[in-house]
Amino acid sequence: MRLKTLLAMLPMLLIVLTGKVQAEAYPSTYSPLPSEATLITHATILTGTGERLNDASLLIVDGKISFVGQGDAPEDVKTIDASGRWVTPGLIDVHSHLGVYASPGVKAHSDGNEMTNPATPNVWAEHSVWPQDPGFSRALAGGVTSLQVLPGSGNLIGGRGVTLKNVYSNSYQGMKFPNAPHGMKMACGENPKRVYGERKMLPSTRMGNMAAYRAQWISAQRYVDDWAAYDKKVADGKDDAKAPKRDLKMETLAGVLKGEILVHMHCYRADEMMTIMDMADEFGYKVSAFHHGVEAYKIADTLAENNICGALWADWWGFKMEAYDGIQENIAMVDRPPGSCAIVHSDSSEGIQRLNQEAAKAMTRGNLVGMDIPPERAIGWITSNAAKSLGIDEQTGSLEAGKMADVVIWSGNPFSVYAKAGQVFIDGALVYDRDNPDYQPVSDFELGQLQGVSK
Amino acid sequence: MRTLKSVLIASLAIISLSAQAQTVLIRGATVHTMGKDGILENTDVFISGGKIQKIGQNLPVPQDVHVFEAGGKPLTPGFFAGVTSLGITEVSAVEGSSDATLALKEMRPEFNVVPAYNPHSSLIPVTSIEGFSFTLLGAGAKGSIFGGQGQMVALNGGYESFIGNPVLFINVGQDASGLSGGSRAGQWMLLNQAMSEADNPPASNEAALLTRAGRSTLSAYTNDGKVIFNVDRASDILEVLKFAHNYELSAVVSGGSEAWMVAKQLAVAKVPVLLNPLSNLPGNFDSLGSRLDNAAILNAAGVTVIFSGAGAHNARKLRQMAGNAVSYGLPHEAGIAALTSNPARVFGFTDDQGVIRRNKPANVVLWSGDPLEVTSVAETVIINGELIPMESRQTKLRDRYLPQNPDMPRAYIKP
Repeated sequence: MRLKTLLAMLPMLLIVLTGKVQAEAYPSTYSPLPSEATLITHATILTGTGERLNDASLLIVDGKISFVGQGDAPEDVKTIDASGRWVTPGLIDVHSHLGVYASPGVKAHSDGNEMTNPATPNVWAEHSVWPQDPGFSRALAGGVTSLQVLPGSGNLIGGRGVTLKNVYSNSYQGMKFPNAPHGMKMACGENPKRVYGERKMLPSTRMGNMAAYRAQWISAQRYVDDWAAYDKKVADGKDDAKAPKRDLKMETLAGVLKGEILVHMHCYRADEMMTIMDMADEFGYKVSAFHHGVEAYKIADTLAENNICGALWADWWGFKMEAYDGIQENIAMVDRPPGSCAIVHSDSSEGIQRLNQEAAKAMTRGNLVGMDIPPERAIGWITSNAAKSLGIDEQTGSLEAGKMADVVIWSGNPFSVYAKAGQVFIDGALVYDRDNPDYQPVSDFELGQLQGVSK
Repeated sequence: MRTLKSVLIASLAIISLSAQAQTVLIRGATVHTMGKDGILENTDVFISGGKIQKIGQNLPVPQDVHVFEAGGKPLTPGFFAGVTSLGITEVSAVEGSSDATLALKEMRPEFNVVPAYNPHSSLIPVTSIEGFSFTLLGAGAKGSIFGGQGQMVALNGGYESFIGNPVLFINVGQDASGLSGGSRAGQWMLLNQAMSEADNPPASNEAALLTRAGRSTLSAYTNDGKVIFNVDRASDILEVLKFAHNYELSAVVSGGSEAWMVAKQLAVAKVPVLLNPLSNLPGNFDSLGSRLDNAAILNAAGVTVIFSGAGAHNARKLRQMAGNAVSYGLPHEAGIAALTSNPARVFGFTDDQGVIRRNKPANVVLWSGDPLEVTSVAETVIINGELIPMESRQTKLRDRYLPQNPDMPRAYIKP
């Protein structure tokens, strides 16, 4: 089932699940910052849909992209001459811990891994997000307009992830991407079995990992059935209809089984990813993306056939056994089969600032082995494919009329170490301007530090 | 478009070369000499007997020489991989394969990682084929302010490829405060006590911090020995300068997030700074001043800057990091120096390394383009006059999995 279809069904699914229409909990209060109609002209535009437009224009009206291409410009709007510069969709990082492992990285800010039970689908990363993390501003200067903040990988089921717009706010609700589905973080392999194995608990092995996931899914299936039986009784007007007790863990897992919540699964080894795909079939859910997937290149065809994205690093490897087979061609090889969905992710407060450079390295390695990947394709790894895996591709991730005007103007070809994001727009509002300190946000934490030091 | 086959043939050609041809002529390169000759355009470099024999234009082509036509591409000295555990760690999380850290709860400055070095580690070709020809082995210690000693090593896979003298690592500041009773003032108290023991062995009834070997190690450094202080906060860096002056140590600051704030003092004291040019977040309260133009500010103040901080497995990322420093104001040639001549001079203790100069060891890399650019790669790497085969465990995995739909399991594809 296509993600689009699933999203369209979302309100209905909520009704089915809970038996009554329930307002979204912890709802988004994000609203776009003030913007004015803006025309960007004479730019090299990478649309995120595989197109490259030379000497082209992009018009932003009412926070939305209104026009992309060549043509006559309206005269009465603010115009930015982007000659020699490049324009891309705002970048999207599908794997961030900003806010939940905020800077400074003191113990008091370690809020990303609820390692008190191997299955914690009841925790929500958003409830840990510190909106004053200075890391958000650094990511913005790197052109990142949306990001998914995930729980860590200490648990088999780490909890819900949240997709944010990269704007400063007093609350995470003020950053929350409107109508984006929740993610659910799961983890394969070494981390959960190490964390709990050291405590002489299940899981201490990979087979223990599987047994523990499956037990959770079996409970979740029962939960879905119990609610369905209750809903039927209500629908049939039976007086003895008694609602099952709400269970936060089961609500999240049921959300996955119903297709409302997208699974983002930390998994390194090819054989483990194959096992997880079988588990998804066993219980009738879908993995949206495998994250890290250092061995994804070994099963690139299977990932594409199953419509599963690979959210990967360009070159990180070797820090643990399951990361030993990393190669620099991983992303390009995952991108190669028809129907593929390769993504460059960061999992890092440094990497999120340079997703374009990471993509450039991966593109270069692919081209060296004859893959012929142009920038207009590679940009999809950090824009449209990322949006697809988060279920927000109808709203953002490409420069097409009607989409959110999440846009970056780069100083040059973004696939260069010397390129910088010059201006960043979110929903049409200028939220970062490298040339104007008035448009460079500073978190509360950094304000007033190092007084007396001349910068 | 290059096919897999042509890639394989090209790498085979280089393997067979390395077995015989150690006489190499690189023609028409843009040579970054990293010395007083600066950048030489359209220049030939002739290598034989492990050394650079000639640098000039239109050099004669002797018989049995392997010729590389550079076509104007950059030729630089081999790059420095930073302070790493290359050859002393295989998989970071696999304890038995990692030897860079000593976990004894006492002060053992005599700990030296050199005997643990394994030149056959898979990380060494992974790193060297990306244009990195030397690293400084780092030493760490859990439970002590003294990390121990490391040394520079050439990444040519030799057992005896060490260069220069050992260096000592000392940790101060926030990260080390747990090692000194929880206070950074305690670190200086203990360090001063240790230095005093090195000069005057404690009486037999006195509690001692150091072993006899430890005293002798520290004593050897007090005569201008190279000591790397892992330190970030500006005020701590100034304490390091005082300490090094008192005990006649040749200090190097490593980390140095706030080094730019004391650039003038570092320049006056002639103390080089090893830094990660991507650090721009307040990772802790010692690094509130982290900024992307740290390297540019230090360099402009006359401080010798060296890049480090990409770790062992991904040490190859250092040139991207250098490129970022250049994009934040460091002159391009200073960015290359921070990966070549600067570390060679500071840690190699001579000007033999990190330069392209006549009669010096031939450590050179021919790049596909700007060596600090993310879309460039190393095309030819020569370490100590030998062509390095451009293959690693990673290129072999790549070549095993590149063919689509093979008939037999991939275990039968052995590139």
